[in-house]
Amino acid sequence: MASSSGMDIRLPMGLMFCIIGAMIAIFGVMTNGDQMYKDHSLGINVNLCWGSALLLFGLILLGLVWWAKCSQKKVS
Amino acid sequence: MGNCIFLAASAVQFHLGHIDYAILIVYFAFVLGIGFVLERFTKSSEDFFMAGRHIPAWIAGLAFISANLGAQEVIGMGASGAKYGIMTAHFYWVGAIPAMVFIGIFMMPFYYGSKARSVPEYLAMRFDEKTRAFNAIAFAVMTVFSSGISMYALADLLHGLLNWNFDLSLWVSAAIVLAYITAGGLRSAIYNEVLQFFLIVLGFLPLVYLGLKDVGGWSGLVTRLNMVSNAQHLAPGVYSSSWGHMASGADNPLGVSWFPTIFGLGFVMSFGYWCTDFLVVQRAMSADSMSAARRTPLIAAFPKMLFPFLVILPGLIAVAMTYAHGSASLPVKADGSYDYNMATPMMLAHYFPSGLLGLGLTALMASFMSGMAGNVTAFNTVFTYDIYQSYLNPKQSDQHYLWVGRVTTVVGIVISIGAAYLANKFNNIMDLLQLVFSFVNAPLFGTFMLGMFWKRTTGHGAFYGLLAGTVAVAIHHGLTLPIDAAGPGIHGGWLAVLGHYRSDMAQTWNGAMIAFSSCVVVTVVVSLLTPRKKSDEELKGLVYSLTPKVKDGHLPWYEQPVVLGVIVLVCTVILNIIFR
Repeated sequence: MASSSGMDIRLPMGLMFCIIGAMIAIFGVMTNGDQMYKDHSLGINVNLCWGSALLLFGLILLGLVWWAKCSQKKVS
Repeated sequence: MGNCIFLAASAVQFHLGHIDYAILIVYFAFVLGIGFVLERFTKSSEDFFMAGRHIPAWIAGLAFISANLGAQEVIGMGASGAKYGIMTAHFYWVGAIPAMVFIGIFMMPFYYGSKARSVPEYLAMRFDEKTRAFNAIAFAVMTVFSSGISMYALADLLHGLLNWNFDLSLWVSAAIVLAYITAGGLRSAIYNEVLQFFLIVLGFLPLVYLGLKDVGGWSGLVTRLNMVSNAQHLAPGVYSSSWGHMASGADNPLGVSWFPTIFGLGFVMSFGYWCTDFLVVQRAMSADSMSAARRTPLIAAFPKMLFPFLVILPGLIAVAMTYAHGSASLPVKADGSYDYNMATPMMLAHYFPSGLLGLGLTALMASFMSGMAGNVTAFNTVFTYDIYQSYLNPKQSDQHYLWVGRVTTVVGIVISIGAAYLANKFNNIMDLLQLVFSFVNAPLFGTFMLGMFWKRTTGHGAFYGLLAGTVAVAIHHGLTLPIDAAGPGIHGGWLAVLGHYRSDMAQTWNGAMIAFSSCVVVTVVVSLLTPRKKSDEELKGLVYSLTPKVKDGHLPWYEQPVVLGVIVLVCTVILNIIFR
């Protein structure tokens, strides 16, 4: 994919979601129990939950890039 | 293809923290970074305008849907959901999926196989230069204005929700889009559209979850929506049933019956947009093979089919909470009516705490920027290939056209900024633009249907058919008026008022049917009266009956367009049945 279209889009996407996911999850840890979760998100610490989900999604994308590179090396 | 949006200063306000600004900065850094990295791979005009025809099917598919995922989709569909209920899903299950399947299976072999670089260029190959010029000029004007409307809507949204300076928001958003398109061309726009697609989906999913949880799931939502229909003296279930109240336009808030919905929206408007609008077709034409190009709209159809749950549900929840005296309520406009355009921003402000709010705002901005970029890349391609290279300065070097493409991008953005300020002055310009879409796309679909499937269609037939369709829809508009219009003017009736429609939408869909029918009749008659100028050999690859059929039996089942098309159609029928 990278060779034909210039860049594997999963790499910047994976990096971006890892960074944003980590930022939101860490913010969720730092603000755990804050009143804003009762005011906004039904008492759920959505920052921690969804930040972790975004981080996981980013890691999966980076894993796919790494796997594709390993497969290419084996073929060549 | 969506609701009109204009966001006046409103009661809804976003209060951003440092974390929210940090998320926005990270997103913009990646958007610009992708553009500058891809600049290294943009060495020829084909790289700049066609992404080198190297884009894999899944990327082209997600860009295909994301280019359409502009302001109208995210904010407008939420507003329509609040105003019209689940019937808004007709824009997807009737007004998009069948046409996306049709273009993938039947039309893409001609677009891709003809090696045309744009939709107007296909028209030149199939018909003649005057048909190309007519379409190229109309399309270039439409796209640049459409891009301007997206810019205006984004700047207005940021001004209304965050009190950011309107001019600064407008110029900064335009500068970012300009930077990544000028650097990497279509490839940069496509890659950013994929990024924006995931950002929009992942930014809105928690909103749907929290909203549904708050109202007690789907059954709780239906109960509350019945309170809305009771309050408006409509039948119970009218907001939660997509087909149950369509026998007459008087029975539902959309004001249309099943016939204009299926023929006007589902056939003419939808096929006219998805099958002939270069904004979306360009993404499929950049695919790395014929098979990938055919799969592009089909891959896009799968998420598109599920989008009502992402963009319409927040609007439904917003109106349900408003009427059922929930924890949030739609803001009220100066005239006392609800400001439906604020449904989705209101839900974001209500359910997202700082942190997730930054993600939601970034998703909103991504949707506006993908719509803007889609229009700008389509504009620079059509202007450079179909106007500049064809009529103004032919036979120049490839590097010259690459340079013209970059300059055209700058000029297109500057004109878009002008259009954005025009929109600021004239509140009804968005309505006018929607109307122009129905004027241009509906007759064009008639021209394409006959051109691709009837080899006897001539260049004169196509040109005068297009002209007749456009004039017919203009006359229809000039003689009719929606009942809620203040008087003759932009909403119609500027010739004389001979009839009334229950809504703008009913008027537009009926107008589209008239445009299509007039175009088809005139094209057939003129074609029969004028001689064919192109031989069967010249029309090979451009007309269905003269083109060898694409064989894809050797592909695995999940890559075969027909199999994918059948799966997506069956799923759509099931969704229609579930939410009937």
